[in-house]
Amino acid sequence: MRKLIVLLTALISGLVFGFGLILSGMVNPAIVLAFLDIAGQWNPSLLWVMGGAVAVSAVAFFIARRRSTSFLGLPVNVPASRVIDKRLLLGSFLFGAGWGTAGFCPGPALVMAGAGSEKAILFVIAMLAGMLLFEIAGHGRKSGVAS
Amino acid sequence: MNIEQTITEIDIPWLALAGGMLIGLATTLFLLANGRIAGISGIVGGIVSGLLHLSWRDLDWRLAFIAGLIVSTLVWRQFFSLPDVQIQASDMMLVVAGVLVGFGTRLGSGCTSGHGVCGMARLSPRSIVATLMFMSTGFAAVYLLRHVIV
Repeated sequence: MRKLIVLLTALISGLVFGFGLILSGMVNPAIVLAFLDIAGQWNPSLLWVMGGAVAVSAVAFFIARRRSTSFLGLPVNVPASRVIDKRLLLGSFLFGAGWGTAGFCPGPALVMAGAGSEKAILFVIAMLAGMLLFEIAGHGRKSGVAS
Repeated sequence: MNIEQTITEIDIPWLALAGGMLIGLATTLFLLANGRIAGISGIVGGIVSGLLHLSWRDLDWRLAFIAGLIVSTLVWRQFFSLPDVQIQASDMMLVVAGVLVGFGTRLGSGCTSGHGVCGMARLSPRSIVATLMFMSTGFAAVYLLRHVIV
Protein backbone atom coordinates (compact mmCIF):
# COMPACT_ATOMS: atom_id res chain seq x y z
CA MET A 1 0.00 0.00 0.00
CA ARG A 2 2.75 2.47 0.93
CA LYS A 3 4.55 1.50 -2.26
CA LEU A 4 1.49 2.56 -4.23
CA ILE A 5 1.22 5.90 -2.40
CA VAL A 6 4.91 6.57 -3.09
CA LEU A 7 4.32 6.03 -6.80
CA LEU A 8 1.20 8.18 -6.70
CA THR A 9 2.97 11.09 -5.01
CA ALA A 10 5.79 10.78 -7.58
CA LEU A 11 3.22 10.91 -10.39
CA ILE A 12 1.44 13.92 -8.86
CA SER A 13 4.78 15.69 -8.29
CA GLY A 14 5.64 15.26 -11.97
CA LEU A 15 2.16 16.38 -12.99
CA VAL A 16 2.21 19.54 -10.84
CA PHE A 17 5.76 20.28 -12.01
CA GLY A 18 4.45 20.09 -15.58
CA PHE A 19 1.53 22.41 -14.71
CA GLY A 20 4.03 24.91 -13.32
CA LEU A 21 6.09 24.79 -16.51
CA ILE A 22 2.94 25.30 -18.63
CA LEU A 23 1.48 28.13 -16.51
CA SER A 24 4.81 29.96 -16.30
CA GLY A 25 5.33 29.80 -20.06
CA MET A 26 8.63 27.95 -19.66
CA VAL A 27 7.44 25.19 -22.01
CA ASN A 28 7.92 27.77 -24.78
CA PRO A 29 11.57 27.85 -25.92
CA ALA A 30 10.99 31.31 -27.42
CA ILE A 31 10.40 32.75 -23.93
CA VAL A 32 13.46 30.97 -22.51
CA LEU A 33 15.63 32.21 -25.38
CA ALA A 34 14.24 35.73 -24.90
CA PHE A 35 15.53 35.55 -21.32
CA LEU A 36 18.94 34.36 -22.50
CA ASP A 37 19.11 37.08 -25.18
CA ILE A 38 20.44 40.03 -23.19
CA ALA A 39 21.43 41.86 -26.36
CA GLY A 40 17.91 41.56 -27.80
CA GLN A 41 14.38 42.06 -26.45
CA TRP A 42 15.16 40.80 -22.94
CA ASN A 43 12.31 38.96 -21.22
CA PRO A 44 12.93 38.50 -17.47
CA SER A 45 10.09 35.96 -16.85
CA LEU A 46 12.48 33.08 -16.22
CA LEU A 47 13.90 34.92 -13.20
CA TRP A 48 10.41 35.23 -11.70
CA VAL A 49 9.73 31.55 -12.33
CA MET A 50 12.98 30.57 -10.65
CA GLY A 51 12.41 33.03 -7.82
CA GLY A 52 8.94 31.65 -7.11
CA ALA A 53 10.12 28.05 -7.30
CA VAL A 54 13.19 28.67 -5.13
CA ALA A 55 11.21 30.58 -2.47
CA VAL A 56 8.65 27.78 -2.04
CA SER A 57 11.29 25.02 -2.21
CA ALA A 58 13.42 26.76 0.41
CA VAL A 59 10.61 26.27 2.94
CA ALA A 60 10.44 22.58 2.02
CA PHE A 61 14.19 22.11 2.54
CA PHE A 62 13.95 23.97 5.85
CA ILE A 63 11.30 21.48 7.01
CA ALA A 64 13.16 18.49 5.53
CA ARG A 65 16.34 19.42 7.39
CA ARG A 66 14.54 18.96 10.72
CA ARG A 67 13.35 15.48 9.82
CA SER A 68 15.20 12.18 9.53
CA THR A 69 12.55 10.63 7.27
CA SER A 70 9.91 11.88 4.84
CA PHE A 71 6.20 11.97 5.71
CA LEU A 72 5.88 8.57 4.03
CA GLY A 73 8.68 7.21 6.20
CA LEU A 74 11.33 7.20 3.46
CA PRO A 75 14.92 8.40 3.91
CA VAL A 76 15.48 12.00 2.83
CA ASN A 77 18.05 11.96 0.00
CA VAL A 78 19.68 15.37 -0.21
CA PRO A 79 23.05 15.49 -2.02
CA ALA A 80 25.82 15.98 0.52
CA SER A 81 28.73 16.74 -1.82
CA ARG A 82 30.22 20.23 -1.60
CA VAL A 83 33.07 19.62 -4.01
CA ILE A 84 33.25 21.95 -6.99
CA ASP A 85 35.17 19.92 -9.54
CA LYS A 86 35.86 19.84 -13.28
CA ARG A 87 32.93 17.50 -13.91
CA LEU A 88 30.47 19.96 -12.41
CA LEU A 89 31.93 22.90 -14.34
CA LEU A 90 32.35 21.16 -17.71
CA GLY A 91 28.97 19.44 -17.44
CA SER A 92 27.16 22.69 -16.66
CA PHE A 93 29.13 24.45 -19.41
CA LEU A 94 27.92 21.92 -21.99
CA PHE A 95 24.36 21.93 -20.65
CA GLY A 96 24.15 25.72 -20.90
CA ALA A 97 25.46 25.64 -24.47
CA GLY A 98 22.72 23.18 -25.45
CA TRP A 99 20.07 25.08 -23.48
CA GLY A 100 20.94 28.31 -25.29
CA THR A 101 20.96 26.58 -28.68
CA ALA A 102 17.43 25.15 -28.51
CA GLY A 103 15.78 26.95 -25.58
CA PHE A 104 14.88 23.57 -24.09
CA CYS A 105 16.01 22.06 -20.82
CA PRO A 106 14.90 18.53 -19.82
CA GLY A 107 11.58 19.37 -18.07
CA PRO A 108 9.92 21.55 -20.73
CA ALA A 109 11.18 19.23 -23.50
CA LEU A 110 9.48 16.23 -21.85
CA VAL A 111 6.26 18.19 -21.32
CA MET A 112 6.15 19.32 -24.97
CA ALA A 113 7.09 15.83 -26.18
CA GLY A 114 4.06 14.62 -24.22
CA ALA A 115 1.98 17.23 -26.04
CA GLY A 116 3.03 15.58 -29.30
CA SER A 117 5.44 18.24 -30.58
CA GLU A 118 7.69 16.53 -33.13
CA LYS A 119 10.53 18.96 -32.51
CA ALA A 120 10.38 18.35 -28.77
CA ILE A 121 10.34 14.58 -29.35
CA LEU A 122 13.43 14.93 -31.56
CA PHE A 123 15.16 16.93 -28.80
CA VAL A 124 14.22 14.34 -26.16
CA ILE A 125 15.58 11.47 -28.29
CA ALA A 126 18.86 13.37 -28.73
CA MET A 127 18.93 14.10 -24.99
CA LEU A 128 18.48 10.41 -24.16
CA ALA A 129 21.30 9.64 -26.63
CA GLY A 130 23.50 12.18 -24.82
CA MET A 131 22.72 10.51 -21.50
CA LEU A 132 23.44 7.09 -22.98
CA LEU A 133 26.73 8.43 -24.32
CA PHE A 134 27.57 9.57 -20.79
CA GLU A 135 26.88 6.08 -19.41
CA ILE A 136 28.91 4.39 -22.14
CA ALA A 137 31.79 6.84 -21.70
CA GLY A 138 32.13 5.26 -18.27
CA HIS A 139 31.16 8.22 -16.14
CA GLY A 140 27.88 6.65 -15.10
CA ARG A 141 29.19 4.60 -12.21
CA LYS A 142 30.72 7.54 -10.43
CA SER A 143 27.67 9.78 -10.54
CA GLY A 144 25.93 8.87 -7.33
CA VAL A 145 23.88 11.93 -6.60
CA ALA A 146 21.41 12.98 -9.20
CA SER A 147 19.37 16.01 -9.87
CA MET B 1 -6.81 38.16 -21.31
CA ASN B 2 -7.73 40.93 -18.88
CA ILE B 3 -5.40 39.32 -16.41
CA GLU B 4 -2.50 39.62 -18.80
CA GLN B 5 -3.20 43.29 -19.45
CA THR B 6 -3.12 43.98 -15.73
CA ILE B 7 0.16 42.12 -15.55
CA THR B 8 1.91 44.40 -18.01
CA GLU B 9 0.66 47.45 -16.11
CA ILE B 10 2.03 46.28 -12.77
CA ASP B 11 5.17 44.99 -14.46
CA ILE B 12 5.26 41.75 -12.48
CA PRO B 13 4.77 38.66 -14.66
CA TRP B 14 2.21 37.05 -12.34
CA LEU B 15 1.76 33.92 -14.42
CA ALA B 16 5.51 33.32 -14.40
CA LEU B 17 5.61 33.83 -10.63
CA ALA B 18 2.56 31.61 -10.03
CA GLY B 19 3.95 28.93 -12.34
CA GLY B 20 7.25 29.07 -10.51
CA MET B 21 5.48 28.64 -7.18
CA LEU B 22 3.63 25.64 -8.61
CA ILE B 23 7.01 24.15 -9.54
CA GLY B 24 8.08 24.83 -5.96
CA LEU B 25 4.95 23.04 -4.72
CA ALA B 26 5.89 20.00 -6.83
CA THR B 27 9.45 19.90 -5.46
CA THR B 28 8.01 20.31 -1.95
CA LEU B 29 5.65 17.35 -2.32
CA PHE B 30 8.40 15.20 -3.82
CA LEU B 31 10.88 16.11 -1.08
CA LEU B 32 8.56 15.84 1.90
CA ALA B 33 6.61 12.76 0.74
CA ASN B 34 9.20 10.79 -1.23
CA GLY B 35 12.36 12.23 0.29
CA ARG B 36 13.75 12.98 -3.16
CA ILE B 37 15.10 15.96 -5.07
CA ALA B 38 12.92 16.80 -8.09
CA GLY B 39 15.87 16.99 -10.47
CA ILE B 40 14.57 16.02 -13.88
CA SER B 41 17.87 15.22 -15.63
CA GLY B 42 18.85 13.00 -12.70
CA ILE B 43 15.53 11.17 -12.77
CA VAL B 44 15.68 10.59 -16.55
CA GLY B 45 19.39 9.76 -16.42
CA GLY B 46 18.65 7.22 -13.70
CA ILE B 47 16.16 5.53 -16.02
CA VAL B 48 18.71 5.42 -18.88
CA SER B 49 21.39 4.10 -16.52
CA GLY B 50 19.06 1.53 -14.96
CA LEU B 51 17.93 0.16 -18.32
CA LEU B 52 21.53 -0.01 -19.57
CA HIS B 53 22.81 -1.85 -16.51
CA LEU B 54 19.62 -3.95 -16.12
CA SER B 55 19.05 -2.58 -12.64
CA TRP B 56 15.37 -2.04 -11.81
CA ARG B 57 15.95 -0.41 -8.44
CA ASP B 58 14.33 3.05 -8.21
CA LEU B 59 12.95 2.61 -11.73
CA ASP B 60 9.27 2.67 -10.66
CA TRP B 61 9.11 6.08 -8.97
CA ARG B 62 11.34 7.61 -11.64
CA LEU B 63 8.97 6.42 -14.36
CA ALA B 64 5.96 7.63 -12.33
CA PHE B 65 7.41 11.15 -11.99
CA ILE B 66 8.30 11.35 -15.71
CA ALA B 67 4.86 9.97 -16.65
CA GLY B 68 3.32 12.85 -14.66
CA LEU B 69 5.41 15.37 -16.62
CA ILE B 70 4.55 13.76 -19.96
CA VAL B 71 0.78 13.67 -19.40
CA SER B 72 0.67 17.16 -17.85
CA THR B 73 -0.48 18.88 -21.07
CA LEU B 74 -3.20 16.27 -21.58
CA VAL B 75 -4.62 16.91 -18.10
CA TRP B 76 -4.10 20.69 -18.37
CA ARG B 77 -6.08 20.77 -21.63
CA GLN B 78 -9.18 19.42 -19.87
CA PHE B 79 -9.45 22.67 -17.94
CA PHE B 80 -7.43 25.40 -19.66
CA SER B 81 -5.96 26.10 -23.08
CA LEU B 82 -2.29 25.48 -23.75
CA PRO B 83 -0.07 28.50 -24.38
CA ASP B 84 1.39 29.05 -27.84
CA VAL B 85 4.79 27.45 -28.21
CA GLN B 86 7.38 28.47 -30.78
CA ILE B 87 10.33 26.19 -31.40
CA GLN B 88 12.57 28.16 -33.75
CA ALA B 89 15.60 25.87 -33.73
CA SER B 90 16.22 23.73 -36.82
CA ASP B 91 16.15 19.94 -36.51
CA MET B 92 19.95 19.87 -36.70
CA MET B 93 20.23 22.40 -33.87
CA LEU B 94 17.72 20.45 -31.79
CA VAL B 95 19.77 17.27 -32.14
CA VAL B 96 23.05 18.97 -31.23
CA ALA B 97 21.38 20.79 -28.33
CA GLY B 98 19.70 17.60 -27.09
CA VAL B 99 22.97 15.67 -26.98
CA LEU B 100 24.71 18.57 -25.19
CA VAL B 101 21.87 18.84 -22.65
CA GLY B 102 21.75 15.08 -22.05
CA PHE B 103 25.49 14.60 -21.68
CA GLY B 104 26.12 17.89 -19.89
CA THR B 105 23.41 17.51 -17.25
CA ARG B 106 24.66 14.01 -16.39
CA LEU B 107 28.29 15.08 -16.18
CA GLY B 108 27.34 18.16 -14.15
CA SER B 109 24.84 16.18 -11.99
CA GLY B 110 21.90 18.46 -12.66
CA CYS B 111 19.89 20.86 -14.77
CA THR B 112 17.62 23.87 -14.22
CA SER B 113 15.44 21.91 -11.77
CA GLY B 114 18.05 20.05 -9.72
CA HIS B 115 20.67 22.82 -9.54
CA GLY B 116 18.66 25.91 -10.50
CA VAL B 117 15.65 25.32 -8.25
CA CYS B 118 16.38 22.66 -5.61
CA GLY B 119 20.10 23.40 -5.24
CA MET B 120 19.60 27.16 -5.06
CA ALA B 121 16.77 26.66 -2.53
CA ARG B 122 19.11 24.87 -0.15
CA LEU B 123 22.00 27.23 -0.96
CA SER B 124 24.25 24.41 -2.18
CA PRO B 125 27.59 25.91 -3.27
CA ARG B 126 27.86 23.30 -6.05
CA SER B 127 24.44 24.20 -7.42
CA ILE B 128 25.08 27.95 -7.26
CA VAL B 129 28.28 27.50 -9.26
CA ALA B 130 26.55 25.12 -11.71
CA THR B 131 23.66 27.54 -12.21
CA LEU B 132 25.98 30.49 -12.82
CA MET B 133 27.91 28.34 -15.29
CA PHE B 134 24.95 27.09 -17.36
CA MET B 135 23.35 30.53 -17.35
CA SER B 136 26.60 32.04 -18.63
CA THR B 137 27.02 29.56 -21.46
CA GLY B 138 23.29 29.88 -22.20
CA PHE B 139 23.69 33.66 -22.57
CA ALA B 140 26.85 33.14 -24.63
CA ALA B 141 25.24 30.58 -26.96
CA VAL B 142 22.26 32.84 -27.68
CA TYR B 143 24.54 35.82 -28.20
CA LEU B 144 26.69 33.89 -30.68
CA LEU B 145 23.75 32.35 -32.54
CA ARG B 146 21.66 35.53 -32.72
CA HIS B 147 24.10 38.41 -32.88
CA VAL B 148 27.42 37.10 -34.17
CA ILE B 149 26.84 34.19 -36.56
CA VAL B 150 23.25 34.98 -37.68
